[in-house]
Amino acid sequence: MIIDAFLLSRIQFAFTISFHIVFPAFTIGLSAYIATLLALWIRTGDQKFHLLARFWTKIFAVSFAMGVVSGIVLSYQFGTNWSRFSVAVGNVIGPLIGYEVLTAFFLEASFLGVMLFGWKRVPPWLHCLSAFIVAGGTALSGFWILSANSWMQYPAGHEVRDGIAYPVDWLQIVFNPTFPLRFAHMMTAAYLTTAFVVLATGARHLMVGHRTESAKTMVRMAILMISITAPAQALIGDFHGKQTAKYQPAKLAAIEAHWDSSKPAPLVLFAWPDEVAGVNRFEISIPGVASLLTHGSMDALFPSLNDFAVQDRPPVKIPFFGFRIMVGIGVCMIAFGWLGAWLWRRGTVFESRRWLWVAQYTWPLGFIAILSGWFVTEVGRQPWLATGVIRSVDAVSPVTTTQVAISLALFFCVYSVVFAAGIALINRLIDKGPDEISADDPPEQPSRRPLKAAQGPASQIFGDGHPGDDKIQPAN
Amino acid sequence: MEWYLPVIWAGLIGIAVLLYVILDGFDLGIAILFPTTKDEGERDQMMNSVAPFWDGNETWLVLGGGGLWVAFPTAYAIIMPAFYIPVILMLLALIFRGVAFEFRWVAKPKHQVWDLAFWLGSTVAAFSQGLILGGMIEGITVVNREFAGGPFDWLTPFTVMCGVGVVVGYALLGATWLVYKTDGKVAERARGQAKMLLLGLMAFAVLVSLWTPYAHPRIAERWFTPSNMMLLWPFPLLTAYCGYMVWKRLHGQHEFTPFAFTIAIFVLCFLGLAISNYPFLVPPSLTIWDVAAAPSSHVFVLIGVSFLLPMILFYTAFVYWTFRGKVRADSGYH
Repeated sequence: MIIDAFLLSRIQFAFTISFHIVFPAFTIGLSAYIATLLALWIRTGDQKFHLLARFWTKIFAVSFAMGVVSGIVLSYQFGTNWSRFSVAVGNVIGPLIGYEVLTAFFLEASFLGVMLFGWKRVPPWLHCLSAFIVAGGTALSGFWILSANSWMQYPAGHEVRDGIAYPVDWLQIVFNPTFPLRFAHMMTAAYLTTAFVVLATGARHLMVGHRTESAKTMVRMAILMISITAPAQALIGDFHGKQTAKYQPAKLAAIEAHWDSSKPAPLVLFAWPDEVAGVNRFEISIPGVASLLTHGSMDALFPSLNDFAVQDRPPVKIPFFGFRIMVGIGVCMIAFGWLGAWLWRRGTVFESRRWLWVAQYTWPLGFIAILSGWFVTEVGRQPWLATGVIRSVDAVSPVTTTQVAISLALFFCVYSVVFAAGIALINRLIDKGPDEISADDPPEQPSRRPLKAAQGPASQIFGDGHPGDDKIQPAN
Repeated sequence: MEWYLPVIWAGLIGIAVLLYVILDGFDLGIAILFPTTKDEGERDQMMNSVAPFWDGNETWLVLGGGGLWVAFPTAYAIIMPAFYIPVILMLLALIFRGVAFEFRWVAKPKHQVWDLAFWLGSTVAAFSQGLILGGMIEGITVVNREFAGGPFDWLTPFTVMCGVGVVVGYALLGATWLVYKTDGKVAERARGQAKMLLLGLMAFAVLVSLWTPYAHPRIAERWFTPSNMMLLWPFPLLTAYCGYMVWKRLHGQHEFTPFAFTIAIFVLCFLGLAISNYPFLVPPSLTIWDVAAAPSSHVFVLIGVSFLLPMILFYTAFVYWTFRGKVRADSGYH
């Protein structure tokens, strides 16, 4: 392996995007959860929803900031490190990113201000609406970036002239064949991941024995969400796998470590794929099941890695193991969620110390599954950066190895410090928990609170006090 | 190719970059001024004056960069590698200042390190932007439509001067913003600082205006050809007038107008630089037509821009209106 600008740029992109994806995945889910809490508060007037919303908003603020700053890095890295990619596909992918900025980024960033600081400045309904807009913005952002990514996986609606892709049909480009399911898979992953963070937080509070009311609410809401989205995710994942079989056979062969297309593929539970010899070592497998899962029949034959020239094959180990980690976690999530639902139905979920004890450590599960899944799909696309349009090796910028080595070292140092601090601070906020309902805070009736007529129109809109006097406060 | 599409796009990206410079300029500026007070309450007040806005403001940087890729992929692919080190430095610096907004509150009372991150991040980001600006004016070595220069081409006395100039300029935007948006000691001190910074910025503007035509004949020709001079003479004059007005209004008790006239100075300087370089997007060799994306890509996004940009401006205004009024020192906290 040669250490050059290409290899270092790949490591840098993998490193920075892996750090990044953790935060949007969490904030996509969390913004939707906060919006739901605020809506419940307005509907029921129950103060606990309000306190929970405030609690999670503080955590959201920290996570969102980390997502924003690590995301900007990516939008510039396409140019700094992958300039030939930017030229080759810019006509097609550039506009998708452009639409992401125009429809999503501004929406999120602007209404985030209202969501974080507008507790006293805008009426509850408008505050709640802002939270929904932020949640919608994060989902829209996911829409465009997954459209762009899916186009790179399986380009459509374009033509290539002199190595540069030109748009032919925008509808086909945006809604390219692998996009809808990939989008559904990622969004569901985000909601599921967040549900596990909420579950673990509630369980942690219950285990130390205080703030039981809000903690119970978190656990109940999380169980509900998990027991629906976890199996749904398995179903979407299954469709997505069948689609991969159709559009990206080389990737599927790598995921299944499938070397011999003359026989039906077994479901390999464990193996050490030997890429030089083209066989699996220490294989434990169930015959025919991979054929059944991907092509609907135990006897189905599909292309193996040996059907692709060596230079057109993706690496095998990362897709192979990444996929097993992801699916393994998914199965555990379904089992754990349903167990929780069963305990809840029996009415003993809050007495089940063992289930709660495990639950408090489940928060990383979703993140690990998401990262594994992305490693499967991105490494599985190699050696192409945009399949059939440009190979990764041809996409790197004309920059020196030293430059990239220095930037990679800097990213490594800065991310270690900043993100370690961020996670420590989030942990601290989680430990602190939501504020208690105290006698000092008379329960507010958000939807039915009478407006004092004497205060004039501005106060009617912005609540009590003069808008100018009201200090802009962070969410806490 | 439709000749006007690249012109429209150059205008749009110019607007995005200008809005970024003005809007994030005052965010970065208040952070550059952070070390001028040690008082925690005053720093809270300074940070709070931009807290609800900074994220939206920074998004214009993403639009500027993303827009460049959308409309002029070849320019994006040349400029980014050419300024590899300053771009990466800027991104890393923006990470520190961005997270400082949130971390500082959560970390209290042990927030000193995030005060430092906020100041240093903002200052380095502003300085890097100045380096890139200076490097753009000086030109990029291009062979075969690719960057072909060395890794440190951007490091010259001129670019370092531009770096300092941008830091001073942003600090002036920040100071006049504080005059407008805060009260008490913070506003008073900012009023004093703004005067010094104004002198610094005007000196910088004069230096650039003399240096660039001297060093680059194409810029001298643009400004000093008699027919052009007839059209362009109001620019320096208007800039000087705006500088004078900032000075005068700072001495009076005006609160908003110093900020407004500072913005006007930025707009005029920006236009001046645009006039110097048009139609080159990658000076001195590639024009906006040389590096443009496919017309279909231009049109596809332009359709969206035509209704999304007004919407963005509308809700941005809504957010500024929601958080209108002064951020005062005496309000209770936490």
